[in-house]
Amino acid sequence: MFSDYTANELTAIFAMQGFAGLILFSVLVLMALGLAIIFGQMGVINMAHGEFMILGAYITYLTSNVFAEYLPGLFDGYFFVAMILAFITTFLLGMLVEWGLIRFLYKRPLDTLLATWGLSLILQQIYRSVFGAREVGVSLPDWMMGSYALTDIIEVPINGIFVMLLTVTIAIGVYWLMYRSGWGRQVRAVVQNRPMASAVGINTEKVDRVTFGLGCGIAGIAGSAFTMIGSTGPTSGQLYIVDTFLVVVFGGAQSLLGTIASAFTISQAQSTMEFFLSGSMAKVLTLLFVVGILMLRPQGLFAMKIRH
Amino acid sequence: MTTTRGITTKVSSVLKKLALPIALSLAASNLAHAESVNTTGLAVTDDTVKVGILHSVTGTMAISETGSVQAEKLAIEQINAMGGVLGRKIEYIQEDGASDWPTFAEKSKKLLVNDKVAAVFGCWTSASRKAVLPVFEQYNGMLYYPTFYEGLEQSPNVIYTGQEATQQILAGIDWVVKNKGAKKFFLLGSDYIWPRTANKIARKHIEKLGLKVSGEEYYPLGHTQFNSVINKIKLKKPDVIYAIVVGGSNVAFYKQLKAAGIDMTKEKPLVLTISVTEDEILGIGGENIEGAYAAMKYFQSMENENNKAFVKAFKERWGDDIVIGDVTQAAYLGPWLWKAAVEKAGSFDIDKVRAASPGIELTTAPEGYVRIHENHHLWSKTRIGLAKKDGQYDLIYETDELMEPNPFPVGYK
Repeated sequence: MFSDYTANELTAIFAMQGFAGLILFSVLVLMALGLAIIFGQMGVINMAHGEFMILGAYITYLTSNVFAEYLPGLFDGYFFVAMILAFITTFLLGMLVEWGLIRFLYKRPLDTLLATWGLSLILQQIYRSVFGAREVGVSLPDWMMGSYALTDIIEVPINGIFVMLLTVTIAIGVYWLMYRSGWGRQVRAVVQNRPMASAVGINTEKVDRVTFGLGCGIAGIAGSAFTMIGSTGPTSGQLYIVDTFLVVVFGGAQSLLGTIASAFTISQAQSTMEFFLSGSMAKVLTLLFVVGILMLRPQGLFAMKIRH
Repeated sequence: MTTTRGITTKVSSVLKKLALPIALSLAASNLAHAESVNTTGLAVTDDTVKVGILHSVTGTMAISETGSVQAEKLAIEQINAMGGVLGRKIEYIQEDGASDWPTFAEKSKKLLVNDKVAAVFGCWTSASRKAVLPVFEQYNGMLYYPTFYEGLEQSPNVIYTGQEATQQILAGIDWVVKNKGAKKFFLLGSDYIWPRTANKIARKHIEKLGLKVSGEEYYPLGHTQFNSVINKIKLKKPDVIYAIVVGGSNVAFYKQLKAAGIDMTKEKPLVLTISVTEDEILGIGGENIEGAYAAMKYFQSMENENNKAFVKAFKERWGDDIVIGDVTQAAYLGPWLWKAAVEKAGSFDIDKVRAASPGIELTTAPEGYVRIHENHHLWSKTRIGLAKKDGQYDLIYETDELMEPNPFPVGYK
């Protein structure tokens, strides 16, 4: 298997594959963080997660068109504006959905599955009516498209580095919000014991609404970032939803650290196997591996011990 | 359901019994005419004929099938403007397959049994065609199927207006070998029947030429991470990446290929695809696929007079910013081929239309000249296009001869 290559090429293989694994890891974390907050912390099975991501992607598409039309001089920097707008839009839509739909279903967690699935269909049809059934092409500033050559063979995609940096920033941000801020303490209190949190004066309704909005907002940023590597169409969100749930469930639904560990395991397993086997076989083995672990540890990699 | 149908049949047979003598006495010659062109009870009157359009306008496949619906409607409208078929205006009944294969089967049964349409223009994926095939064969309907596909099929009830795999593949590979000196190929595809069959044919052909396949890879439909396979390609250093990736994966693949530093305009390696039409480039973005080659039978940029008129009419009917891909053009041929066959047969009867079909030729096709083969596929030229930044292809080569459709290449049955 290795005999065809020189030592130099082998080093390059491992460097590039390692990097491919890290990019996949970043992508998975970015996809899953929003869901980890909503599913993990609130217990809401949000089947419309992918559609929130695609809303972020469409906002990026609109922003790029506006910049290309009115501010061509600033086109290089539009992506940052687009991400912020994507966050704000999905955050607001998330709060609206929580207010109009989710808050009636906290006592019926399984029904959230059906309700959000319906929501995802509605959103898909709205995208189809507004943006058309075809995929849209999001044009990116030139500096984001190339690659950076480390050596003759080793080349690192710039958008990969961008996604990695973005993921690290958002992961740190979420960690700080959940574990270091007063608001995070309220969220965790509500998660662990809703009546008690309410009794000590926490406005649980408001906490729920903002938490749900935040999860959706992060999905929006992820969707915006994924216009660099994936497609933007009414049903593109469906491409992400399975992997997203896989990461969150495998990691242990209530642990953000678990989400990260799980994304790391899955991404490394997947990208290593993809190199040595075919793509479809790598996927099969990854899923078998995850199923195997979940049979032994149904609560996921990291489980939180709480009393209900 | 059965009761309703029973009643309708009874009523209509009663009506027939009443109507026949009256009609005979009133307009004997005219009625005789209507019956002579339609002996099997299709929905044909003295001045109209009903046909079906069966595509997905909702669901995931709507993206791809919209163009075909538009092309078929345009062709029907143009035929009507010229006086219709055998003096009868075409009326279409459109049904939505909803990207769901059982729905396709159900709707095709409805079109054939309830509506008694004289022909159906429809289906896009092989899965939907396979789902309706038994229905068309059982109720003896006629389907005009527009998509390029894997071959390995030949039904008396289907006319395949797109290319089957060997037509697309052989010419494309011969061209890169001859003109680009390609020796090493990397085959890549989405994991389902069309890319797998196509790559099997490609591999066989490449090996027959004494050249090398340095890798063959498949990824699940909807796969969005291609970094590993791109690394593999970089190490294998093939001359040609032969890509049959479809759907959302397409967008991810070309974006990531570009981001990984593979500049397709430098052609080291060059990318040859049979799955990206102008329609798909809309989603991929012209700047991400600039420099790739495509082997198919039609490009919107073709300069002949037929095509200029077709593109102009298409844009006038459906909007200026629309693009037309290979399948859209093939869908446009459907109604014209049917019209020609009906007129040659002098009848709408399915059996007579089928008998008349082989040898039917169109000189007015946007792609140029096509002719129906005995095996119900089309003789057509294969062309190579070079993708440009604006999302169009430059036509850079076409085969001298028409490629013979060969849906059952030896060794693949």
